[in-house]
Amino acid sequence: MVRFPSMKLNLALAQIATHLGDVDSNLEKHLDLIKQAKAQNTELLVFPELSLTGYVLQDIVPTVAHHPTNDDPVFKHLLKASRDLDLVVGFVDEDSRHRFYIASAYLSGGRVLHIHHKVYLPTYGLFDEGRFFAWGDSIQAFDTKFGRVGLLICEDFWHASPPYLLWLDGADILLFSSASPGRGLNDHEKLESARWVERVNKSYASLFTTFVAHSNRVGYEDGLNFWGGSTIFDPRGELVTQAPYQTEALVASSLDLGLLRRTRARLPLLRDERTGLAHRELGRIISSREGGWKGHND
Amino acid sequence: MTSSDLTINTDLARQILTGFIKSEITRVGFTRAVVGLSGGIDSALSCVLAAEALGAENVLAVRMPYKASSADSLDHAQLLIDQLGVQSETIEITDMVDPLINLDPDMSKTRKGNIMARARMIVLYDRSEDFKGLVVGTSNKTEILLGYSTLWGDMASALNPIGDLYKTQVRQLSRGMNIPAPIIDKPPSADLWAGQTDEDELGFTYEQVDHLLYLLVDQRYLPEECVEAGFDKSFVDKIVTRIRRFQFKRMMPIIAKISNRTIGYDFLYLRDWGT
Repeated sequence: MVRFPSMKLNLALAQIATHLGDVDSNLEKHLDLIKQAKAQNTELLVFPELSLTGYVLQDIVPTVAHHPTNDDPVFKHLLKASRDLDLVVGFVDEDSRHRFYIASAYLSGGRVLHIHHKVYLPTYGLFDEGRFFAWGDSIQAFDTKFGRVGLLICEDFWHASPPYLLWLDGADILLFSSASPGRGLNDHEKLESARWVERVNKSYASLFTTFVAHSNRVGYEDGLNFWGGSTIFDPRGELVTQAPYQTEALVASSLDLGLLRRTRARLPLLRDERTGLAHRELGRIISSREGGWKGHND
Repeated sequence: MTSSDLTINTDLARQILTGFIKSEITRVGFTRAVVGLSGGIDSALSCVLAAEALGAENVLAVRMPYKASSADSLDHAQLLIDQLGVQSETIEITDMVDPLINLDPDMSKTRKGNIMARARMIVLYDRSEDFKGLVVGTSNKTEILLGYSTLWGDMASALNPIGDLYKTQVRQLSRGMNIPAPIIDKPPSADLWAGQTDEDELGFTYEQVDHLLYLLVDQRYLPEECVEAGFDKSFVDKIVTRIRRFQFKRMMPIIAKISNRTIGYDFLYLRDWGT
């Protein structure tokens, strides 16, 4: 029987508010929450999108960019902290040719295991990310001591293909982070934006029989509110835990990783997934000149 | 078309809007707010939200009657002041505005109303400096979209918690926050002359126009789709024109671009920059 190195994972989500463009104070909050999480025996702590910088950065972007190395004044503290527990943090990544990305880094044992650059930059409605950031061009799962993991950032999982690709690439734990502005107040008990995100996260957990954790931020930037309500869904699509809406919280849960095996034993969606069929049809659709796909081909 | 379209969860609105006031005032180093309290429902709601967000002792409600203002307005404002326990002042604007108004015996009601609205803005910003509190706005989404307000007058504020609520939603939230019934139930009025009401002056009811605005703005209906949905074509045309015509009231002054980097075009920062 194949087992994960540990059948339990103490996972926590740091649902924080940030100071816009003030990396030092945000770093301080990260280190404080890491300390609290460590005291609760957390093994993996996930921060929201752009947790070190704030969200509506606009022209602030170039002044708050960092790269996760041991000599970086911000990351040296986080890498040191990752010797005690694994971390996912949100930041602006600047590459060697000075392109700026919305990024998440997975830190473990003082090392960077993976950096994900956001591949979908919403540039419509209230969003203007494509104006200020470069588009990521890779979606890859990676191995951790808890099993194979995938990172996505907000709009990445408003599209179905990134979670699907991570699933095929072996991810059994999907770690999503967001800075999701609250919108769509009507007579429902929750905001429309909250309902939408919860619905798709539950769906991914169900369709892919994986764990899906979503760390969303709270607080305000000018008139925007960020709604929080961070969630963890299990491979059956059931809600494991949820943080409160609109307020800061550190929510933790001990995940029973054995659920992956038990769920897939009765529901072999992963076993039966016909990737070759999907690949062939995708190829046909993209290359079809008539009646086929009319969107981006990159 | 049903009336439920505009119904809001008032508990959630209350939580988001009080959080907004608290965050956006305290993050820039303030703890207090100033609200011009007219006796009407919009300013009552802003005042209640500010008191809940910051504590009643940190809110200054300012009544600013003109000699022609109705006594009911003052009484209704006082009802709310007493209920909330906020700090209050009454500063009559008659002596400020009459010298200007008296210069022109033929002055229109619109000009007089604008002068009064701008005099009240001067008073509020003076109290803001003295009280060390930010001015909380009282314009709702309906009047902002219709341009039914005075530029640099009643539109002026540091932050506006109710600017994304239609008038009918303001009423709903006001009921949810226990604002005294006489304030909620009376006909909305700018109270610039005896017997004036918004709905007489506008020529339609808030109920009607809010449903139309909701379709046009929130639901992105085309004007012809609004007509198909049952609205009179001339009413739709009138509102579409008003929305476009008054866009200027919803903007900072436009700046002529000549440099490579110009405020508003490619010098882009939120007000919360660095906080």
